Amino acid sequence: MNYEAVIGLEVHVQLNTKSKTFCSCSTEFGERPNSHTCPVCLGLPGALPVLNREALRKGILAGLALNCEIAKYSVFARKNYFYPDLPKAYQISQYEYPLNKNGFVIIKDDNGNDKKIGITRAHLEEDAGKLIHDEDPKGPSYVDLNRCGTPLLEIVSEPDIRTPGEAVRYLNAIKEIMQYIGVSECNMEKGELRVDVNISIRPVGSKEFGIKHEIKNMNSFANVKRALEYEIKRQIKVLRAGGSLKQETRLFDQSKNATVPMRTKEEAHDYRYFPDPDLVPVILTDEEISSLKEELPELPEPRRKRFVKEYGLTEYDAENLCSSKKLADYFENAVKGYSNPKKIANWILSEMIKVMKSQQVDIDSFLVKPDMLRELFEIIDSGEITGKIAKEVFLDMAKTGKKASEIVKEKGLKQVADTSVLEKVIDEVIKENPKVVDDIKGGKNKAFGFLVGQVMKKTKGKANPGLVNKILKQKLGV
Amino acid sequence: MGLNELSLKDAMEKLKNKEVKIEDIIDDIFNAYKNDKNSEKPINAYISFDLEQIKREVEAFRKTSDEESLLKGAPIAIKDIINIRGTKTTCASKILADYESPYDATAIAYLKKSGGIPAGKLNMDEFAMGSTNENSSYGIVRNPVNRDKIPGGSSGGAAAAVAGNLAIAALGSDTGGSIRQPASMCGVFGIKPTYGRVSRYGLVAYASSFDQIGPITKTVLDGAILLEAIAGYDVKDSTSAPVETEKYSEYVGQSIKGKKIGIPDEYFGEGLDDEVRKSVENGIKILEEAGAEVKKINLKYTKYAIATYYIIATAEASSNLARFDGIRYGTRLIKTEDLDRLYRENRSRGFGDEVKRRILLGTFTLSSGYYDAYYLKAQKVRTLIREDFRKAFDEVDLIATPVSPKVAWDIGSMMDDPLQMYLADIYTVPVNLAGLPAASVPCGKTTEGLPVGLQLIAYHFNEADIFRAATIVEEGAK
Repeated sequence: MNYEAVIGLEVHVQLNTKSKTFCSCSTEFGERPNSHTCPVCLGLPGALPVLNREALRKGILAGLALNCEIAKYSVFARKNYFYPDLPKAYQISQYEYPLNKNGFVIIKDDNGNDKKIGITRAHLEEDAGKLIHDEDPKGPSYVDLNRCGTPLLEIVSEPDIRTPGEAVRYLNAIKEIMQYIGVSECNMEKGELRVDVNISIRPVGSKEFGIKHEIKNMNSFANVKRALEYEIKRQIKVLRAGGSLKQETRLFDQSKNATVPMRTKEEAHDYRYFPDPDLVPVILTDEEISSLKEELPELPEPRRKRFVKEYGLTEYDAENLCSSKKLADYFENAVKGYSNPKKIANWILSEMIKVMKSQQVDIDSFLVKPDMLRELFEIIDSGEITGKIAKEVFLDMAKTGKKASEIVKEKGLKQVADTSVLEKVIDEVIKENPKVVDDIKGGKNKAFGFLVGQVMKKTKGKANPGLVNKILKQKLGV
Repeated sequence: MGLNELSLKDAMEKLKNKEVKIEDIIDDIFNAYKNDKNSEKPINAYISFDLEQIKREVEAFRKTSDEESLLKGAPIAIKDIINIRGTKTTCASKILADYESPYDATAIAYLKKSGGIPAGKLNMDEFAMGSTNENSSYGIVRNPVNRDKIPGGSSGGAAAAVAGNLAIAALGSDTGGSIRQPASMCGVFGIKPTYGRVSRYGLVAYASSFDQIGPITKTVLDGAILLEAIAGYDVKDSTSAPVETEKYSEYVGQSIKGKKIGIPDEYFGEGLDDEVRKSVENGIKILEEAGAEVKKINLKYTKYAIATYYIIATAEASSNLARFDGIRYGTRLIKTEDLDRLYRENRSRGFGDEVKRRILLGTFTLSSGYYDAYYLKAQKVRTLIREDFRKAFDEVDLIATPVSPKVAWDIGSMMDDPLQMYLADIYTVPVNLAGLPAASVPCGKTTEGLPVGLQLIAYHFNEADIFRAATIVEEGAK
């Protein structure tokens, strides 16, 4: 019997507003515990929530970018439960009337074909605080409420995902989109993106759903993949052995690369949702929604397709360039008015990313700006410098922020293409390497490269390689 | 006469004319408070009267006030459910016994801006749940008119202080009648403004869609002045109404000729005490004689009001009071490492019986499987009750009814029958369900000398007609 996995993902994205969802406390990460709090996010007696307009705006932008229907009438509801990181003992969320629903993203399935993953809903809610447990299990637990009240967008997918690979590509698609529209950096290490997984398996061809399992505690996309792979294997094993599965919540254990059942007795919570009487319903007009739609930048999918069409790039290159909006923007700025975008694309994806990585800087702090990169290529094209020298120049540009033309001038790196100069050097090299010359004349063509190398060495890499080859061949009569 | 016997208006006059100093009035109040403590059957209107803190308020007033302030430094006693920075706000509960407010409620901020001095925190039913002030962990409050009788509740301390000259004027709160009923039982004036008229920011929430802060005073004019001081839009309260506030004192003494007054059949049926009926009818006659036109109306959904109120209000309360766990503030009553036990013990020990009763009731009506049958249905009936009033106010300007089916009863006589006590709220809760403004004005006394109040209900934001009519009744009933 063959089984297939049916997977749904619940992603929480932290919106990058300056203040919290229902009060004006700062959302700045990593501050002294409990230093960004007020009566509202502390849940003090008598405090009341007031909706942050920017959180709403970002929530709508996200919904539009996810192709959702934006609700003209949405309601905040209280999700009631007791836990020390939840000061009001309820979380303000949305239940019956979410802000966004019935959307989708397009990913590639395991065969490289486009596949639509449905998005059931994407609603606004506030985050809880953080619990920090003492190392000693008998020691105290500390409550830090700085994070409490930060806006979250909970994105729930339809169970359309079928493989761990699709799951990761879905996560990347969400991350890309959120970064593109500027509502979140989705940095998992900073808690800006969190994932919970729902998975069941069923016989291939069956229309019914199997027993649903919830998996939590994956802190990276790679771990999501690992958890799913493990879980699929585990469940199939149980069924094939004739056993039965029961609905449960499991945790991913990184040290074991496996999922384990949750130890604590997790009774199904009754959250007793009801509309929050401290807030009024959110009413939006068609005009407000369409005006926000116009604010959306070009999204990753359409941009990728345009890069292939307009710049003649491969899908692979387009995908890599568009993986970050800033990188794609950089590329487009660099190729403005330049005749060979593919060359610049290649350079960005190899040389430039390498240098950025070694400098450990992000693209905003990188000292080579798009127009500087374009100038470098114009200089290469004109023959002023060789390709090899260009790499050195580029490194210098990245270190100093100086333009290519400045550096070439300062360091005298202009390519040597003067034949009389080259002839002199070549004559020297021939004189100094009689045995090699004999080898070449005797038919050992590999040795030819050695001589070219010697010429390059003597000219400090500035000799025009094409000319060197030509002249050398002439002189050797090969 | 002691300065504690002054009305608010007279106190303002004397302060303006510099006949007395603020401190003089406060001293007389403090003496009356001390004498009451030492008396045989103390009224016990205050939970705390922190002279030092009050003196600091006076100093702050002197620094910032201008001569033109409305209240001129008159001291106002405040129900202990309203946050005043630097005071203990206990809500008459053990669970908040040590809680010191770190901020001022907006109503208090507005009061101070108008030149009022918050002076003393008044006794009440715990978390505003009760109709007799017998549910306080700071002892019962006695009715100044007859010390063996209840003062009413939950603003029992406020009404008793005003009636017993332990305060010049007071601020109470009303969720299902908690201003009007004690005002009627103690023979003073009290008004619950339109929902949204006075900010709820800083009022410890009992039932968020019902609660309002309002004045309890010796005269109608005092009530109008005090309402002027605290009313107004507040950006920190999302349910605050962006409606212009008015000079309510100007309506006091205006004619009611031609005003239509509706008398609902449903409020004069079975269960209404004969002497109460007589007094109320007398009050209505006074209005007629002043030129108002009286007509019978029907509010046919009245009989569902109690059930509707006790379902919705307790549902909201169960959520609002969930934050009281003794972890971040309030009283920790046990030491334990078991989180579950911590919640259970703190809350079981910290809350009184009536509070626990209502939390249980509210939790039940929101719980899975019961939400539709109770909470949702009650919300629908609430709409019908609101509609009832809207239609009635198409025909009349005011509605006149009794406040309570009985006058003040013996202390302790109804404690065994909470349900009976709930039923006595029948005339006041419909008002909160519909968010309407309503006041209780003294209209007579029983043969035993116990006060009877007449309830005047108006349409949203028509406090004006209430003040006009109440003044007439107050005059005529003298």
